[in-house]
Amino acid sequence: MARELEHLSDEALLALVARAEEPALAEVYDRFGAVAYGLALRVLRDEGLAQDAMQDAFLAVWRTAHTFAPERGAARTWILTLVHRRAVDLVRREERRRGDPLDSAPEPESGERTDELTWLRFERERVQAALRQLPDKQREALELAYYGGFTQSQLAERLGEPLGTIKTRMHSGLARLRDLLQPEETEWTSSTT
Amino acid sequence: MDELHDLTAAYALDALDADEQRAYEAHLATCERCQVELAQLSDTASALAYATGGTPPPPELRGQILARAREERTNVVPLGPRRRPTFQALTAVAACLLVGLGAWNLSLRHELDRKSALARILGDPAAQRVDLQGTRGQLVVSPSGAALVTGLGVAPDGKTFEAWLIPAGGGKPVPAGTFSRGGAFVLDGKPAPGTAVAVTVEKAGGADQPTTNPIVSAKLA
Repeated sequence: MARELEHLSDEALLALVARAEEPALAEVYDRFGAVAYGLALRVLRDEGLAQDAMQDAFLAVWRTAHTFAPERGAARTWILTLVHRRAVDLVRREERRRGDPLDSAPEPESGERTDELTWLRFERERVQAALRQLPDKQREALELAYYGGFTQSQLAERLGEPLGTIKTRMHSGLARLRDLLQPEETEWTSSTT
Repeated sequence: MDELHDLTAAYALDALDADEQRAYEAHLATCERCQVELAQLSDTASALAYATGGTPPPPELRGQILARAREERTNVVPLGPRRRPTFQALTAVAACLLVGLGAWNLSLRHELDRKSALARILGDPAAQRVDLQGTRGQLVVSPSGAALVTGLGVAPDGKTFEAWLIPAGGGKPVPAGTFSRGGAFVLDGKPAPGTAVAVTVEKAGGADQPTTNPIVSAKLA
């Protein structure tokens, strides 16, 4: 069964999770566990809290997979949004607000599913390269918001800028990043792993 | 109202406080423009997760989460009787993708035809299934027709995915329909044994002959 699940799209897998198929949840975890944990650690900077966020997020996947609407976006986005939201909720509660520069992120370790980790390395390079092309202030706003867990008002205060400026930076930065990450034809495999 | 439009990026980044978040979600329910923009920006925000490179979680966490999920299982009601996993999987794929199909801008009639065709093909336990090369997914061929289930994302602006049937032993690829996003797609025409099925990216509207290299392929026995 596990082998068969490997060949399903992320979206099809979530449909199985919605039917309370435990092996499907395990496969979702195997596909997204490393990126989810990397994200939770980046936001929370604490292994125990990151594990709490993982547990909350994957149980939310289990409970609410039936609310996932494939026409509104990719399963990957839906899952990682749940993980990010839990991590941000926790970081705000713990007052552990950090926004260290991205290049201090830990290197992924080698593990059993090397195909997935190769993929993660490839994606990391691609997204980091796109981030480097953003104007510094836009990149800073995105990183502090997404990895630091700051609200836009906290960011305005911290950076000593008007709220409107922060909103514009986040919006321009994210829209620019979207355009930079738009797949080229030769990169179509990027949406397939 | 315009102010609420402006919160889309912050919402996608989870950078709103609780009150702002509630106000935005209320607005979102009625604003199609924000729904479309949010879908794109959320996808980009989640790409930021990949910039961390990922970290394998401690091995024991997997078992802990699955054990908790199992305990909660009684809260989630499984649908229908248990069947063979392959059939179950594909029925679920069909259910999932029928929902997805609803968003496609097809005429209602066309849409209903496609839905029932898809349900017939994917629901046929005797259908032949071939794993795809190039992406996760399957080519499913039943006596009533053939469908491609792919993990492809959304075709870029101004482009479409186009499926092709390549006759056994080579020959000119025959167009088998265009589609704009991954999921399940009913092929025009039914591939004969030995036929290869391929997908290329073409300009919107499709092409008579492929102009790019296949991104997905599968060959029937």
